Amino acid sequence: MQISLFITCFNDTLFPETGKAMVQLLERLGHQVDFPLEQTCCGQMHYNTGYQEETIPLVRRFVEVFGEAEAVVAPSASCVGMVREFYSKVAERAGDPELANAVEEVIPRVFELSEFLVKELGIEDVGAYYPHRVTYHPTCHSLRVLHVGDAPLILLRNVRGIDLVELPAAEQCCGFGGTFAVKNADTSMAMLGDKIRHIKGTGAEVCAAADNSCLMHIGGALKRQRSGVEPVHLAEILASTEETE
Amino acid sequence: MSSAKDNILGSIRAALREVPAEEQPEDIEVPRDYRKQGEGGVIDIVERFAERVGEYKATVNRIHEEELKDTIAESCRGEGVEALAVPDGFPGEWLPDDLTLLQDKKDAPLSHRELDRSDGVITTCALGIAQTGTLVLDAGAGQGRRVLTLLPDYHLCIIWESQIVELVSEGFRYFEASVEQEGPPLTFISGPSATSDIELSRVEGVHGPRRLEVLIVSR
Amino acid sequence: MPEHNTGADWINVDFISVTMKNKKKTPTFEETAKAYLSNTQLRRNIGHATHTIREKRETVVGEMPDWEILREAGSQLKKRVMRHLDDYLLQLEASVQEAGGKVHWAGDAEEANRIIADLVKEQQAEEVVKVKSITTDEIGLNQALAGEGIRALETDLAELIVQLAEDEPSHILVPAIHKNRSEIRELFRKKLNQQELSDRPEDLAEAARLYLRKKFLNAKVGISGANFAVADTGTVAVVESEGNGRMCTTLPETLITVMGIEKIIPRWRDFEVFMQLLPRSSTAERMNPYNSFWTGVTEGDGPREFHLVLLDNGRTNVLADEVGRQTLNCIRCSACLNVCPVYERTGGHAYNSVYPGPIGAILTPQLRGLDDEGAASLPYASTLCGACYEVCPVKINIPEVLVHLRGKIVDRKKREGGLKTKTDPEHVGMRWMGRAFTKRSRYERAQKIARLGQKIFVRDGTISNLPGELSGWTAMRDLKPIPKQTFREWWGDRDE
Ligand code: SF4
Repeated sequence: MQISLFITCFNDTLFPETGKAMVQLLERLGHQVDFPLEQTCCGQMHYNTGYQEETIPLVRRFVEVFGEAEAVVAPSASCVGMVREFYSKVAERAGDPELANAVEEVIPRVFELSEFLVKELGIEDVGAYYPHRVTYHPTCHSLRVLHVGDAPLILLRNVRGIDLVELPAAEQCCGFGGTFAVKNADTSMAMLGDKIRHIKGTGAEVCAAADNSCLMHIGGALKRQRSGVEPVHLAEILASTEETE
Repeated sequence: MSSAKDNILGSIRAALREVPAEEQPEDIEVPRDYRKQGEGGVIDIVERFAERVGEYKATVNRIHEEELKDTIAESCRGEGVEALAVPDGFPGEWLPDDLTLLQDKKDAPLSHRELDRSDGVITTCALGIAQTGTLVLDAGAGQGRRVLTLLPDYHLCIIWESQIVELVSEGFRYFEASVEQEGPPLTFISGPSATSDIELSRVEGVHGPRRLEVLIVSR
Repeated sequence: MPEHNTGADWINVDFISVTMKNKKKTPTFEETAKAYLSNTQLRRNIGHATHTIREKRETVVGEMPDWEILREAGSQLKKRVMRHLDDYLLQLEASVQEAGGKVHWAGDAEEANRIIADLVKEQQAEEVVKVKSITTDEIGLNQALAGEGIRALETDLAELIVQLAEDEPSHILVPAIHKNRSEIRELFRKKLNQQELSDRPEDLAEAARLYLRKKFLNAKVGISGANFAVADTGTVAVVESEGNGRMCTTLPETLITVMGIEKIIPRWRDFEVFMQLLPRSSTAERMNPYNSFWTGVTEGDGPREFHLVLLDNGRTNVLADEVGRQTLNCIRCSACLNVCPVYERTGGHAYNSVYPGPIGAILTPQLRGLDDEGAASLPYASTLCGACYEVCPVKINIPEVLVHLRGKIVDRKKREGGLKTKTDPEHVGMRWMGRAFTKRSRYERAQKIARLGQKIFVRDGTISNLPGELSGWTAMRDLKPIPKQTFREWWGDRDE
């Protein structure tokens, strides 16, 4: 299959390793991967903060860049959630029926990585090797917007060498919430504090998730506390093999 | 006062400008394919009812019609009831002989203070709902005015097995016609009065009867 | 540690003043939350309460195979009501009158309080008994009655505690959840004159029972809210646990019920939907102990006079917003509070409103208007985690409404313009990034600028100290710096 990567601005700029892992993983599974260079940002940050007018050109841009793609896959549940939940609303706000049509057209072809692998391609074992103790944090948008269910866990369970430990109170929000982490920094930290406590309690070396935004937040505190737990995106675990490890 | 009414209705109409004039309420579809008719057999339903009422910390007794009089007398004795309030229309032949009976009559109703001083009340009921362990009183004969089952500290309620339906939906449908026509006050009782207001620890009994006993009677 | 009642007075005073169109500012969520976050007892109590009810709710909802259909039915029924609210209200008025009740219409809090005070005075009552009603809290009824020399006595155990402590409720369902048993004992000792009192919840409840029983028997007027009112039959419903609702609605000669205009349901039969949704979502029981349904007045049974006060107080503004409208579906079950990770940490007082938690974060700003700075901070008091939407029995898409309100707040800021907006770092940042994202070349340049710009903050490969608004992040978290090569640069190299 020809897969167009939607890397998202956040991963492009801050977490290039996740994008590289996507390429390695999907190519290893026998697919052709392309990365349209015209892509920028899905507009989630603007939209969720209230700058909704500013999102219109970004939605336009997205459908122009990915309109013809066979499948669009992103390593970010929240960006895919933005596309699925709010793109039609943006088109409505723009008062542009053509854009609305284009959005409707493209939405069914946009996927988050784990749901794409498990639900679209029907793959449960990607042939990865990752000899570490890992706990998985299901991010809110992957759970409650995309409803990926246990797709990520199915994939992780089949990774060779992995020691996967369950995270207590896993479904509780980590407290990131985009600008929430800055605007309501105190409440955000109170939430993060509990998440960190649970993560450390598992004795894991690695905390995995399907969103680097939440991982940056979680990882920021893990690092500050010198906890010795590393945040790692799901894609990077799935891309690992005996050779890379 | 009519101006407040006009203003409110005016604001509502202005707020709903986008609703097409020809739209009828029924045009907005309401799915009704939730469970409306129970599938359990009579034995199961009665069993479930007894179990669920019991879970609310009410006392449940399953008896035969012939045991009614004795059981009632025994329950009252066990609860230390001396003065028992009795609603209009309650079958006299079931009542114990050795108690002070405070008879509530339409033309001679018991005062709130008399009820407050009584030790308990005995009533029948209109319906039971097994799914939730609920008793429904509709102020009919043998059930009395609402206040009767409110002020005494002990409520002994009698229900025939045949009065128990399985589901909440069946319960509400049962009263549909009477509510639409006469509108009697209805009280749904699921266990004794309770509160969890202090540190979330459940306490049976604040204002209503603190002890509820249910006799499920077969014929 | 903040005292709960330190903030108490202004909360209600302010709310009344706002509802009376006197624009006074409430503090923002973030300001208030900060103080409550360090209240260890509150954190523990609220954490315990929300987790307990959350788990119980999951169990009783789990035993309902048709739960999702019921939710959909509840949501659609409410939608039906909202889109035809004028007709339903007129229908309700007619059916209540036909059943012997009187109907009053109140545009705002002041009107409602006036109507109620006059009715109470007609009965020459100096004290009235009340069953918990957030609607009467919303209009500040107790204070208004006090101003007329009438004492309104709260009769829910929790509300009584809150009232005696001159405090504010912190949860819709368990308003005194921030108080523990020893505090309650002290309070009862002082205010109820009960010297010999243990701190067992049973004994505390008994003390309240004795105190209130006398009050009930002497009350001439009872005041209640309403959970539902049936347009078709005029039947009003009060759902409760303790029995004080039954007391208030049956013992006094006169009953006054105050309800928001959105509480209507079309027909009696619709209870089969709502009375399944509400108890399981609210107290997490299959059915709560007592539900009272009455239709007007019944001769020889209960009050001789029944008054129904229909309250707008900003609700028609909510109705006018097509996205916000769904907020009026709310049946006040408080399930959204119990699952909310923000509410769980801050408690209810941080919301500075009688409506706390996720529902409060969308309802309060719509009722009060977005020019109230405190109310306008509420839509931002959420991570948009979606837990509230998942449990809401009438399917209010709370995250959607939160984001919609944020949009309105920003649009407003832009319209107002001025120096404050132009120099607001968030505004400047959003504008700048918005522009950068619209063109590849601009975006790539922005990436490079950011990578260069961060240099002054990076120490040993991490950012631990940022200035201004962003210091909120680095106060407690490190920030990963932008790496040397972006993904697209890597992709470009690889292609060659
Ligand atoms: S918004 Fe929904 S979940 Fe929250 S109180 Fe209202 S009905 Fe309950």
